[in-house]
Amino acid sequence: MAQFDVIILGGGPAGYVCAIRCAQLGFATAVVEKDKLGGVCVNIGCIPTKALLHSAYTANLIAATASWRPRNRSRRVAEQNSKGVEFLMKKHKVTVLKGEGSLLPGKKVKVGGETHEARKAVIIATGSRVKGIPQIGLEINKTTVISSDEALFLETLPASVSVIGAGAVGCEFADIFNAFGSKVTLIEALPRILPLEDAESSDVISKSFRKRKMDVFAGAKVTKAQVEKDKVTLTIEVGGKTETVQTEKVLMAAGRAVNTENMGFKEAGVQLDQRGFVKVNLATLETTAPGVYCIGDVAGPPMLAHKGSREGVFVAELLAGHKPHPIRYDNVPSVTYCHPEVASIGLTEDQCKEKKLDYQVGRFPFSANGRARASNETEGLVKIIRDKKYGEILGAHIVASHASEMIHELAVARENEYTVEEVDLAIHAHPTLSEAIAEAALDSMGRVLHI
Amino acid sequence: MATKVLMEALSPTMEEGRLVEWKKKEGDTVSAGDVLAEVETDKAVMDLVARAGGTLLKQLVTAGTTVPVAEVVAVIGQPGEEVAVEKPAGAKAAAPAPVAPPAPAAQVAAPAAPAPSAAPQTAPAPRPSERIKASPLARKIATERGVDLALVQGSGPDGRIVIKDLESARSGRVAPTAAPAAGAAVAMAPGEAYRDVPLSQIRKTIAKRLVQSIGPVPTFYLTTEVDMERVWDAREALNAGGRKGAEGESPKISFNDIVIKAVASALRQHPACNAWWQEDHIRYWNEVHVSMAVAVEEGLITPVIRYTDQKTLRQISLESRDLAARARERRLTPNEYSGGTFSVSNLGMFDIDQFTAVINPPEAGILAVGTIEQKAVVHEGALVPRRRMRITMSCDHRVIDGATGAAFLRTLKTMLENPLALVW
Repeated sequence: MAQFDVIILGGGPAGYVCAIRCAQLGFATAVVEKDKLGGVCVNIGCIPTKALLHSAYTANLIAATASWRPRNRSRRVAEQNSKGVEFLMKKHKVTVLKGEGSLLPGKKVKVGGETHEARKAVIIATGSRVKGIPQIGLEINKTTVISSDEALFLETLPASVSVIGAGAVGCEFADIFNAFGSKVTLIEALPRILPLEDAESSDVISKSFRKRKMDVFAGAKVTKAQVEKDKVTLTIEVGGKTETVQTEKVLMAAGRAVNTENMGFKEAGVQLDQRGFVKVNLATLETTAPGVYCIGDVAGPPMLAHKGSREGVFVAELLAGHKPHPIRYDNVPSVTYCHPEVASIGLTEDQCKEKKLDYQVGRFPFSANGRARASNETEGLVKIIRDKKYGEILGAHIVASHASEMIHELAVARENEYTVEEVDLAIHAHPTLSEAIAEAALDSMGRVLHI
Repeated sequence: MATKVLMEALSPTMEEGRLVEWKKKEGDTVSAGDVLAEVETDKAVMDLVARAGGTLLKQLVTAGTTVPVAEVVAVIGQPGEEVAVEKPAGAKAAAPAPVAPPAPAAQVAAPAAPAPSAAPQTAPAPRPSERIKASPLARKIATERGVDLALVQGSGPDGRIVIKDLESARSGRVAPTAAPAAGAAVAMAPGEAYRDVPLSQIRKTIAKRLVQSIGPVPTFYLTTEVDMERVWDAREALNAGGRKGAEGESPKISFNDIVIKAVASALRQHPACNAWWQEDHIRYWNEVHVSMAVAVEEGLITPVIRYTDQKTLRQISLESRDLAARARERRLTPNEYSGGTFSVSNLGMFDIDQFTAVINPPEAGILAVGTIEQKAVVHEGALVPRRRMRITMSCDHRVIDGATGAAFLRTLKTMLENPLALVW
């Protein structure tokens, strides 16, 4: 029986980052991975989609339709990144145990026929996967009803696609297929697309998508699905009317299921909560089994790679006896990489209303920003919600061509408790898109300059 | 035309006022003479009234803010009128620095009071030179609430103070009006080591005046004579009854041990005397640590008996013996002679009838204990010889007022005259 200090189940962005930090802190560390290192994010998630989105973006820029060939580039990027993780494991002397791992009672992990024992801790980082809606006949069949997993491997571009679910994944794929020339129908059950984002952000994206000739149905319910060999016919109810949408493929982008089955969790004393996530003590991320920790998607929302990575570092430092900075879950930025991009941190305006907070909104549209005009990317705005009394940044929402890169100014501000005034005090270079952040901060104080 | 509402000098000596509560909201219609807000001056809480009628267009300071006299606090005008007034620079809540020294506006009010000397009236309170790490948001909230960040324990990276650390101050609600009046009981939760109470305007004024009059520690003295017959008997009995205990053979219990025990018990009942003067606030201790003055070759040192009130007479006796012995050998560690909350100095063994002891700052009080001698006193209607002892308490008037000190001394006297009270 091989012994390690720490054994991590899963080599995704939570697991492998945790492994690196554990190794840095002097632990003998092992990562169990059944597939490729890097997990969903690197192989069939964040990274390859961003390669496609880049191609879509370039195509949009020159108002051309890109050929579906860039798909090859997307695979190449994914493979490079997975290799990169392999290299990092080697560099930090982390043992990679290839195969399906399962938990045994008493901090033991079984991989293949072998049992490995962890002296300090076992860390669950088994992640999540796509899921279909079998209740209405939409089981993922990988041919006509596909998930993002299959979408990335399509040999040919479908002429038409229905995307079910308009969260981050749905909007990104709608954007990709549209840019490559598919006829896209985007369907969301909740009253607006990007339902977790601020209503104004949803609005901008909805308009932008419609302008690009996508059919966008929000508040729509799929009541029937007729799956055939080469097409799918969906019946949807929207606004009291019944519509029929027939497309070559349906992409399921409505939620994810966590990987908790058939890995001996129950037998090892690891309990799940009502929503199916592993139950953890939020202060330590320890599960109901002593010495077993849980990080990443499987530990609870938000299901985001960067949240998982941070949890991995947090647990590693906790195990080393450090006092890691507590994770503020309301301070995890969320980004949707459609065009324009949507990025946010903190509360939406609706949430501020619900909480009856005394707030003031500051806005700055990119139509008034020099850099945005120069690059002809004037869609979107920066919206900052300021606490009226102390100027605390309650929430920040950016819709912009490079919103994903801009949100971190506000992430730094929020994590360090800067107020809108500190954001304004920082001198913003001209001409940049980030100037809109400073202007929105000023606007929240009633002092906007360039409007 | 818009009219500026100024912080008025509501008393002749007022230099700044704390806006306790707004009585009119922005947008309210006001007529001349209406009460706009309540202001706590150096003496009392008074009304700030409107000098013009119209609509209260803007409140420039929030409730709880301390504003120098003559600064603008609000604007009255016609609805929709442009308000071209910046926030008052001197208002503490609006100032970027943690504490702004009182603005020059202070001189406006000065002529009313005859200046005793040519020295500058007010110098900013000394601040720790070390930079305090705190988030901007925590700074803003602390400034407005009058929380001294130097006293807040930070939990952020490298001890940085974040909002969470102010939460106790937030819920503790050490509100402007809640500052205790002289001698008021300081309610503390069990387990709380001490409570910092910001200075009320009246406390600030008392402190400033007294320092001008006497010196940095404005001291006054209270003397009383205690009948020691019962203590005498009790001590005889205790020392005769065998001194073997759980802690081993103990030395003879001294009168000083009994006085220390009684002082600790009395302090428990009078937390207003168990306090530290901290320049911009008073720290009321929930723990009792009595310092005892010990004469050593090169002078004097005050070792501390920690948690004195929770110790038995025997423990106090053992500990005071040990501390005194090591003090004379100069073998005390610094933490053994610092952190006391009240002192006792005894010159009884030198046949001193009574004396005044010098306060050991930041403590606010010290008890000077004289000798026990037989005197002819009237007791139960007859002239009889009784053993009597004089005790004198020196009080820092910035913390302890006359009545507060006297009440403490009365409790102490009652305890010594009925020593059973010590085991009550």
